[in-house]
Amino acid sequence: MQPTSLAFQSKASSALADPNLQAALGGIKTGWQRGRILAAERLPEFEQLRDQARDIKNHALANLDFYLEAFEARVLDAGGQVHWARDAAEARRIVQEICEGAGARTVTKSKSMIAEEIGLNDHLEAAGITPVETDLGEYIIQLRKEPPSHLVGPAVHLTKDQVADLFEQTHGLPRTDDPTELVGQARTVLRQKYLAADVGITGANFLIAETGSAITVTNEGNAELTQGLPKVHVVIASLEKVIPSMEDAFTLLRVLARSATGQEFSAYTTVMTGPKRKGDLDGPEQFHVVLLDNGRTGMIGSKFQDMLRCIRCGACMNNCPVYLAAGGHAYGWVYVGPMGSVLTPQFVGIESAHTLPNASTFCGRCEEVCPVRIPLPNLMRHWREEQFKRQLVPSTVRQGLGTWGFLARRPALYRLATRVAMGVLGRLGRKRGRFASLPLAKGWTVSRDLPAPEGKTFMQQWRQRQRSRS
Amino acid sequence: MSDNERRRAAILGRLRDVYRRSPEDEAVAIATVEQRVFHPAPNLIPARGQLDLAGRIELFTTMARNVQAEVDRVSRLADVPAAASAFLRRHNLPQKLVVAPDPVLQGAGFASQPLLRVRFGDADEHDQAGLTLAFAGVAETGTLMLCSAAERPTLLAFLPENSLVVLPTARVFGAYEQAWRELRRELGSPPRSVNFITGPSRTGDIAQRLELGAHGPRRLAVLLVDDFQAG
Repeated sequence: MQPTSLAFQSKASSALADPNLQAALGGIKTGWQRGRILAAERLPEFEQLRDQARDIKNHALANLDFYLEAFEARVLDAGGQVHWARDAAEARRIVQEICEGAGARTVTKSKSMIAEEIGLNDHLEAAGITPVETDLGEYIIQLRKEPPSHLVGPAVHLTKDQVADLFEQTHGLPRTDDPTELVGQARTVLRQKYLAADVGITGANFLIAETGSAITVTNEGNAELTQGLPKVHVVIASLEKVIPSMEDAFTLLRVLARSATGQEFSAYTTVMTGPKRKGDLDGPEQFHVVLLDNGRTGMIGSKFQDMLRCIRCGACMNNCPVYLAAGGHAYGWVYVGPMGSVLTPQFVGIESAHTLPNASTFCGRCEEVCPVRIPLPNLMRHWREEQFKRQLVPSTVRQGLGTWGFLARRPALYRLATRVAMGVLGRLGRKRGRFASLPLAKGWTVSRDLPAPEGKTFMQQWRQRQRSRS
Repeated sequence: MSDNERRRAAILGRLRDVYRRSPEDEAVAIATVEQRVFHPAPNLIPARGQLDLAGRIELFTTMARNVQAEVDRVSRLADVPAAASAFLRRHNLPQKLVVAPDPVLQGAGFASQPLLRVRFGDADEHDQAGLTLAFAGVAETGTLMLCSAAERPTLLAFLPENSLVVLPTARVFGAYEQAWRELRRELGSPPRSVNFITGPSRTGDIAQRLELGAHGPRRLAVLLVDDFQAG
């Protein structure tokens, strides 16, 4: 997918004027955001579990080479195959070859962000293989030819009526806007796809070094039908998904669903180890794992390493005031919200995404809710420094920041400057009490007035108060 | 060297270049990794599920019902056929059931329900109701744990719209870790598929409204059995 992240501002502006999108996004606050708070309250150990979840991922990231080797050995023991891919192109080619080896015409897919990251669907289609998304949200956006707008709910930007319109066009059935009937239609259509598919492709939430297992988490049961019905199962996962043991997986699973949707546990957590065993009546004959690097080894040991702890729960976007106003598509690539603002520049280059680290108020809520305690604002700040260094921001902004930075590092000078500014603004605004417009601050005053300062800075008032006390 | 081996060596090489461990550090790292892979120890286990058996059964029942599962408790294995038949009647479903070809379930006495047509085997797309046997239950979230085996095919719990699962009450554990420890003790390594199931299939993908039966079962019935002995 070609990134369109540089258009964040204009896309965010049109998002604000889109009543459908605003209605759809409004549900996140009462749904997932509130759900997370309630789920955390019900589990007294939640904060401690977050610490342990962070530590498990940190430990795995410090020993990824050994854990990947152990994982690979167990997969082979169980009769599966491991394919290593350095970049997106290699991963696409590997998956294509597996599909061709199976003589596949259609493949079913359960939701995988890695498949989105490498643009797998377009590649398979070009190779004459039809990919069918089975997660309901992914199915909807595949029909609309859109990227996902959320990690957990890829179609969260759509209202019920928009889905009703889409299904009426696609399914050739009388229009209905009853969600139960809409879900039923998708169920019926996709049921046939599962049964006809030659290959099933899933992602993985975790890879377990102890057992060589891949774990998927879904609510719909689509991963189980995707990997359980076709004769070949392909897992595509990035390197950092590997963790030491099932015990570690359970700790991470305890914070995953609660952070994502506020559920105690997702409906289906499935641990898959190798192909079908002797005597099994179902299950795939082949089990492949494609391990994708795509720049991640370069993040290890860098200031962005913390980002590799991410377990893709979506809590950061559910709690981000910018995401909740602008929606996911404004971010212009596969990963959205605060985690996307850190990851997208990594994958597409800061030159093509330097708007994203600025799409934040740095309010800190993303870090507050992250189950593995990723310091997201800090990581975005690193990208801001990078864009400043590479002169990717307009010169006026650079000069402004430069001046401010010069003053901020010289407290006496800073106080003098603010004292002068406050004094001037205080005198100018004494009459009306507010400013409707100010030079250099049009962006701020265009939608609101600036209250006029009363003439003294905080530091001045503080000193006066101290003096009058003594 | 195959292409795959070359790519593998490149990726692992990149990682080792970054880690640049001294021989001492490397020895420590290997020892730690081996400890965590071969002798895994539980992390923090929430107090919630750490109850006596009666408490665990009660918590399991509450948590499973909270996520729209139906939970019935019968005293003997021989009561399972009647409970399954009652479930089908309650939901106006045909008296037809595909049952896991597990010796214990085969000995449950389905002949006691003459109206109930039972087939032992795996589910196909025409089956409306499937019944299988759980490996364990986990009280802390009302979760079933199913292990695939020749006599317990996985699709039974996913393909039909109605999923019935037999769970011996003695196998209700407090936490996932305890159920998994039992798997290690009995089976050594995991079977092809271990399914943790918490309520029937659901989706919120249309306007974030909860809908049951997205792809997996619309209904999930847990049949708790106290005395789990055939005959």
